[in-house]
Amino acid sequence: MVGTTLELRGSPFLHEIIQEVPGGERIVRCLQCGTCGGSCPNGADMQYTPRTIFAMIAANQREKVLKANTMWFCVSCYFCVSRCPQKIPITDIMYGLKRIAIRERMYQDTDAPALAKTFTDLLDKYGRSFELGLASRYYLFNRPIAMLKMGPMGLSMFTRGRMSLVPTKIKNIEQLQSIIRKARELGGTQQ
Amino acid sequence: MKYAYYPGCSLECSSAAYDMSVRAVADLLGIELREIDDWNCCGATEYFSQDELTACAVIARNLALIEPQLDQVVAPCAACYLNLRKVDSLMKEDPALADKINQCLAAGRLHYDPGRVRVRHLLDLIHTDIGETAIKDKVVQPLTGLRVACYYGCQIVRPYDGFDNPEQPVKLDELMTWVGAEVVDFPVKAHCCGGHMTQISEPQAFELIRRLLHNAAEYRADLILCMCPMCQLNLDAYQNRVNSFFGTNYQIPIIFFTQLLGVAFGLDWKKLGFGKEIVPAEPVLRKKLTAPAATA
Ligand code: SF4
Ligand code: SF4
Ligand code: SF4
Ligand code: SF4
Repeated sequence: MVGTTLELRGSPFLHEIIQEVPGGERIVRCLQCGTCGGSCPNGADMQYTPRTIFAMIAANQREKVLKANTMWFCVSCYFCVSRCPQKIPITDIMYGLKRIAIRERMYQDTDAPALAKTFTDLLDKYGRSFELGLASRYYLFNRPIAMLKMGPMGLSMFTRGRMSLVPTKIKNIEQLQSIIRKARELGGTQQ
Repeated sequence: MKYAYYPGCSLECSSAAYDMSVRAVADLLGIELREIDDWNCCGATEYFSQDELTACAVIARNLALIEPQLDQVVAPCAACYLNLRKVDSLMKEDPALADKINQCLAAGRLHYDPGRVRVRHLLDLIHTDIGETAIKDKVVQPLTGLRVACYYGCQIVRPYDGFDNPEQPVKLDELMTWVGAEVVDFPVKAHCCGGHMTQISEPQAFELIRRLLHNAAEYRADLILCMCPMCQLNLDAYQNRVNSFFGTNYQIPIIFFTQLLGVAFGLDWKKLGFGKEIVPAEPVLRKKLTAPAATA
């Protein structure tokens, strides 16, 4: 293939990523140009930039990649994707790395997996969820101290009717739950 | 003009002002929004971080619930818009995945044919389908002298080829010019507000928010217009926290673009959800807008 720059041979991890992410096979075309890291709003706080992560994937450094903070600092802004000269689905690869790290409990020092789980648990149960940017329930039940810190802001949101503690429930929740059960059965991951 | 309407969770509560102003403005412009009956949350970014097939299936339920006589759906939330569009396009590109998703839907007696529904963002719909002449026709309160910064954020303009430039979009700027506002330069208009970063790591999140506020202040914007609930929340609700973190003193009102459109169209401010923002927007509007008197 024209433009294949990352060495496929000897990296089972690279094949794993290709399996995990739709369009992931394009990763082999990475030119290591660094445009992604340079465009990333959180690049400076990542242990390794996306460019470095792709080189590490090609070098089969599985554990180091899955323990990195990189993907947890990815906020899905898609800047890298729209600028990547090789159309590599970088954001989707970050999602893929998050999924593997969560499945294998490899993540370190981040609240992101717990936040995601709390959020989707509510979705599974009610069909609706809370405002992600407030994460009130998460704070209420998991981190009371942080909820206190949020105090005045939480209160002003509450008095303006902008904060609810329980999501509304959809009518046909059984239907949604059957769909979710089937998805898990067909190869989604059981959390 | 009839469209299916997907409000999303944020518009139910934390961004009710968006929902109220969307409905009021749509009504005035003759856009019929038919809310998808019994829609569910799209899972934001959180399902994709855990389980891809479930993420897709949950989103696809909403597409499958759209009435057969409607072929377009509009979402005001950036993340909802992206998710609906993403699943439709993943299904188009990957028939095997489409088949799996439909097996999941079948468990709930639903089905979705990829490409059946066109996913639109609200801005595109107002800018393209309604257009300049019809918008200008409705203006009863020109926004002359009001300096607005148009904030697009990320997911409305990226990654999908859409209706606007992915890095320097202009459609909202144009729309605001049509209603008489003075649109200020805002070089960071399509930069990221950090999304859910406030919940993960405050220093990083606050820095992203600070840059946006700083840029708008530098260009002496009276207010920032948003078209995504999470952008509005980050810039508005976290503004005071950001101020205490950096020792700054920004007091920039952050409202939804539909709220300001509603003002230009002479709609009742209360019905547009004013008063729900944390940094009050009404004082600057009263100061800047002259006759005909603002209804309040
Ligand atoms: S921008 Fe694309 S090609 Fe360049 S380093 Fe990043 S992923 Fe590789
Ligand atoms: S999508 Fe993620 S990795 Fe890409 S630029 Fe944005 S934050 Fe960085
Ligand atoms: S993206 Fe946000 S607002 Fe839209 S449905 Fe999902 S959780 Fe609700
Ligand atoms: S600007 Fe913020 S909320 Fe809006 S799309 Fe980007 S990350 Fe999401």
